[in-house]
Amino acid sequence: MPQLLIICGYLFLLLLLGVGASRLFRGTSQDYMLASHSIGPFLLLMSIFGTTMTAFALVGSTGESFKEGVGVYGMLASSSGIIHSLCFLLLGVKVWELGKKYEYRTQVQFFRDRLESRWIGAILFPVLVGLVIPYLLIGVMASGTVINKVTAGSIRDGRVVGGTFEEGTFPHFLEQGKNPKSEEPPSFTYGSQGGVPKPLASLAICAIVLIYVFLGGMRGTTWANTFQTLVFMVLGLVTFVVIAWRLGGQESFWASLQMASSSIPVEKLTRIHIPPEKFLTYMFVPLSVGMFPHLFQHWLTARSAESFKLPIVAHPLFIAIVWVPCVLIGAWATSDLITIPPPVAANPNAVLPFLVKQLAGPVLGGLLTAGILAAIMSSLDSQFLCLGTMFTEDVVRPLCGRRSLSDRQQLLVARLFIIGIVALTYGLSLFEPRRVFTLGVWCFSGFSSLFPLIFAALYWPRLTKPGAYACILAAAGSWLWLFRASEFAAQPNFTVNVPVPTTLDGDGYWQLMPVAAMIVCSTVAMVCVSMVTKPPSKATVEKFFPKSSP
Amino acid sequence: MKPAHGVWAFILFLMIAHQDIWFWDDTTLVFGFLPVALAYHACISLAAGFAWYLATRFCWPTDPAPSAQRRENA
Repeated sequence: MPQLLIICGYLFLLLLLGVGASRLFRGTSQDYMLASHSIGPFLLLMSIFGTTMTAFALVGSTGESFKEGVGVYGMLASSSGIIHSLCFLLLGVKVWELGKKYEYRTQVQFFRDRLESRWIGAILFPVLVGLVIPYLLIGVMASGTVINKVTAGSIRDGRVVGGTFEEGTFPHFLEQGKNPKSEEPPSFTYGSQGGVPKPLASLAICAIVLIYVFLGGMRGTTWANTFQTLVFMVLGLVTFVVIAWRLGGQESFWASLQMASSSIPVEKLTRIHIPPEKFLTYMFVPLSVGMFPHLFQHWLTARSAESFKLPIVAHPLFIAIVWVPCVLIGAWATSDLITIPPPVAANPNAVLPFLVKQLAGPVLGGLLTAGILAAIMSSLDSQFLCLGTMFTEDVVRPLCGRRSLSDRQQLLVARLFIIGIVALTYGLSLFEPRRVFTLGVWCFSGFSSLFPLIFAALYWPRLTKPGAYACILAAAGSWLWLFRASEFAAQPNFTVNVPVPTTLDGDGYWQLMPVAAMIVCSTVAMVCVSMVTKPPSKATVEKFFPKSSP
Repeated sequence: MKPAHGVWAFILFLMIAHQDIWFWDDTTLVFGFLPVALAYHACISLAAGFAWYLATRFCWPTDPAPSAQRRENA
């Protein structure tokens, strides 16, 4: 029960923050969506980092390390440290400059101008929203799992002991769950296990985030992101220390660390099961930040281009601070120092909350859970807000034409659309869960396949409207085809296998990440079609490439 | 060589160094607790922070703020 009270207290604090931000709200849609371009370096760093590090970073990285070993850090974290900052420098600063100059609020507005295409939104908007939904799904699913696991009891002799709630407290369909590896009927042991049922917990988190986003808009979201980023970084380190000490069981922290790590099985210490070419092509996944619509919106909130310097430098360091402990914890969970029960081992998303529940006391466990939820919510809020902005700016306003909406009507429309998408995502989260990491990689891969579009729009004057359409269609088509081939993320280790004469591991194939194939498709389509179609007008080239024009 | 070229060369070097096939099956624990595959990539992250610091010093795109400010004032 203390864990639940602490979680409720934390959520209440967030609501207060939303109310505080709403008192500074200037009442305009510009302020609601972009905080009137007033965000300085520190808030920009925290909001960008908090937005980028979602459930994927804490829950997902621990779970993936538990399954695949410490190579997970190199696959995504260290590469993100290089690629994310590259995108902030090459794309973020330029987008901010153009956004401020021409008053863009969304990606579609920028592309509409750059490509001289009024209808680019008709194809880009559904693709972007379609890709944000799995991203949202990660947070919604993980929040439910985390709250459930820390409030659940433990299983002894096939029975649940010490849960927060007795069996029968909630309706049957909320409490019963099915063992994915057997044909047995649903049971309490594989269901809520005496904790807050996952669907209920996810619903509560969605509601809280919706309320503070609606109250505070972009300013409230930025404040909440900063607060939550600080919370999850500090509490993440505390979690690491507590788990290391309790798991190692030695007198000193250092000795406990060494004991815990020396118990990691050899296959989790190395990358012998990861093909080097798969590791290499993982490097394309972080390119996704270049096309995240919510990050695009955060870039536009910056007060000046100088505000980007701190995020660019500190981002790789912050990634190390968050990911190294999580990956180590996941690897420790595979050792013989702790027994992971089958229901937890079957769902890697549950490994971190399970360890917190087992190894920290109830009060500390509650605080640490708040930290994990902070990481999850700091991404959900930006995504919610961005969806509303995109719908208002890219769909409603162009459709209304001269019958322009008042600011109040725009806010209402944005909020209704956000509620609709959240309801859809919540509905999807009730189906069979996927590994957070796998789902995240698919979602990021989709955005990465659109990276050539934003890069060319900013640096290649020859990019044409048909070239851009070809790029989007090729990206969406290849993503859908490969996602279906992976049985909708049910195959966590799905790769595109290219037969070659020789390989390092001698299996006769290069096992490439699907993202590599998608980027090749979208780039080839974009370049080929652009080269054979009419170049953009001189006025457009001069507008976006002032130095390159004659 | 201009400093900016050196910075971009350093970033390219980091991308290549990221593919550390030489540590693929190494089970060494650095300081007795940090698997070498993790320790090496944590160092890549630190080096990336330094590289991007240099990039903000020597490869920074022109800041449009002053001219925009002047236009606004005018």
